[in-house]
Amino acid sequence: MPAKGAMTTTAEVPVAPPPATAPAGVLIEAVDRTYRTRRGAVPALSGLSLRVEADEIVAVVGPSGCGKSTLLELVCDLQEPDAGRVEAGPAVYMPQRDLLLPWASALDNAALPLRIHGASRASARERARPAFAAFGLAGFEAARPAELSGGMRQRVAFLRTLLAGKPVLALDEPFASLDALTRADMQAWLAGALLREPRTVLFVTHDVEEAVVLADRVVVLSPRPGHVVAEVQVPLPRPRSRTDGAVVALRESAMRALEGRTI
Amino acid sequence: MGAALLVLALLAGWELYADLGGVDQFLLPAPSDVAASLWTDRGLLWANFTVTAGEVLLGIAVAVAAGVALAVAIHLSRTLRRATYPLLVASQTIPIVIVAPLLVAWLGYDLAPKLAIVGLICFFPVVVTTLDGLAGVDPDLRKLMRTLDASRLQILRHVEGPAALPALLSGAKIAVTVAVIGAVLAEQAGSSDGLGHLILQSIPQFETARSWAAVVVLAGFAIVLFGVLALAERRLVPWAHRSEGDVA
Repeated sequence: MPAKGAMTTTAEVPVAPPPATAPAGVLIEAVDRTYRTRRGAVPALSGLSLRVEADEIVAVVGPSGCGKSTLLELVCDLQEPDAGRVEAGPAVYMPQRDLLLPWASALDNAALPLRIHGASRASARERARPAFAAFGLAGFEAARPAELSGGMRQRVAFLRTLLAGKPVLALDEPFASLDALTRADMQAWLAGALLREPRTVLFVTHDVEEAVVLADRVVVLSPRPGHVVAEVQVPLPRPRSRTDGAVVALRESAMRALEGRTI
Repeated sequence: MGAALLVLALLAGWELYADLGGVDQFLLPAPSDVAASLWTDRGLLWANFTVTAGEVLLGIAVAVAAGVALAVAIHLSRTLRRATYPLLVASQTIPIVIVAPLLVAWLGYDLAPKLAIVGLICFFPVVVTTLDGLAGVDPDLRKLMRTLDASRLQILRHVEGPAALPALLSGAKIAVTVAVIGAVLAEQAGSSDGLGHLILQSIPQFETARSWAAVVVLAGFAIVLFGVLALAERRLVPWAHRSEGDVA
């Protein structure tokens, strides 16, 4: 892995082109979503309301199966709510696993959104290439995903997400598949990347500490059917350290809100 | 290495059995007789081999082209899938051996009935494996592509198509082995050349060793085709054979 310092101290100049549209937030009002399965109706979300301001980072934590993924898919317009209202700016979905295309180079994987928006292969590569250094990926442009470490693959996936040029990012447990050490690195890295390239971010995680380290606000969901049971503001300066007293205190209060509902 | 030893052992057993008079040499010639025929009849075998090889290669090409086109069409249209899948399966129950003479009577003595028969038995594995490959793409990846504004055809081109390539090649590997049988059957049903025709001719002439020599040539050809596809797999889809995909 390249020097860690290089990825977090890069100049605060965006390396990905800014979103094609103006910053946009997310507004979810009294949303219900029920899945109909062979074994009957499974309510995933019930009366969920949530607002994310433009360029705000909101973390959603909740017990397993509380409809977190459903929430992201609603925001990304991959699903329709049964009731209620979802208004979101153009959003791009980043799944839990990196899901890079194994046959394509790291550069071509990152440049995929540009290709889909009509750029030629050569021009897509030229536009994606400058971001590689800032993402700690310099020298790995031609590598296949199988040749990259888990953290690097996640960074390629995040670069691909950014290059989609959308103001809203919907991240589904982006670091859940990484080992603890890499995850901590990647959290620090993501915090730096979002300082440099502000976006409206809604990310779900089951890791309360990760939520407090990264987010402006932590939203706690109830068990299924999910709705918001608590919100914890995180008015702390960045970069944040997980051992910082204020971070620990907020983590504890978010934890209490979560546990109060899981039992 | 293991395969070579096994073949040698089988040949030795066969040779011993034939030499000790276990069976009439017109029914089962010794491997040495077959080898001799491979050499003495090489001109005849080669001339007929080129005919059969042409039928096999063209037939596979037709089968792969039709199979891939059909798989993509079925993949893109649920209606088409429901309408055609039963027919596809039914097509594989056609008793080719019995229908082949009818096809010859219908399509003539030349290449057409051979392509039809080889194509008919080869396209099925191609359709089924390609379809599985196209459908096997991770649903999360499809969702991601949709939020990247990819159209149905773009998903096919950038994701599903390349993802289905390993499956397509697996289907082609199955197809090449049955293609050889198909070509021989077609030739036996009505043909004036080809190894199938040669086998049919040699038996009543008590040239059993020659018909076995033709079988050896056919088997060798199938092995070569299979090997070429295995090589193509390693070249074209190296990612599909790497097990260290998740760690680095």
